[in-house]
Amino acid sequence: MLAEVTEKVQPPRALSVPWPLGFPLGAPGDGALQRQVLRVLLSLLSRTDVPVLERFSV
Amino acid sequence: MPKIDELPLWLRAVLLAYPWRRIEPVPVARLRKPLAQSRAALVTTAGLVPAGARAFDPHVRGGDTSFRVIAADADLAQIADHHRSNSFDHSGIAKDRNLALPLDRLRELSTEGIIGELAPRHLSFMGSITAPGRLIRDTAPQAATLLEEDGVDVALLVPV
Repeated sequence: MLAEVTEKVQPPRALSVPWPLGFPLGAPGDGALQRQVLRVLLSLLSRTDVPVLERFSV
Repeated sequence: MPKIDELPLWLRAVLLAYPWRRIEPVPVARLRKPLAQSRAALVTTAGLVPAGARAFDPHVRGGDTSFRVIAADADLAQIADHHRSNSFDHSGIAKDRNLALPLDRLRELSTEGIIGELAPRHLSFMGSITAPGRLIRDTAPQAATLLEEDGVDVALLVPV
């Protein structure tokens, strides 16, 4: 997802990731990184100050 | 998150002129139970199709708004990428379907007790839907109903 599009659509909770389109969970075969992305994503569920656009930093 | 200026000029022009929809006020759903007791489902827009299921149709004007159901115990190696778009790099998903449908990772998080359990069914759409009327009217509500029937507490959308 593109940052500009996410800002326009304003989904309730979104995680911005620092990788190209086609790589939303990071690197192929890197289970630890993929799991970390999901854990940060899941942490957004406790946020109610929507819209939330959190940035994932490696 | 990728920036729009990283895309080809023609695509930038399309995306900047496109009438993006938004829901106002922004809806907020709260967790009904602790995450460790919640049932989670994945929804990808990567156009993934499980073995034996109908492929997405790349020729539907405005985009194919249908979705495919992927079982929680599906073998990711048997799931094919049918996304019609050339606007993203497919090579990562070709090597590891978890990039767009992290079922293996969700199973691990369930084993670790981070989430309660996986939903029995997960969903795959093909993005690049430029005319979303049928999606909004028909298939998105169908998808939501399916997830409700499965008792899903948490749905994670993985756009590509």
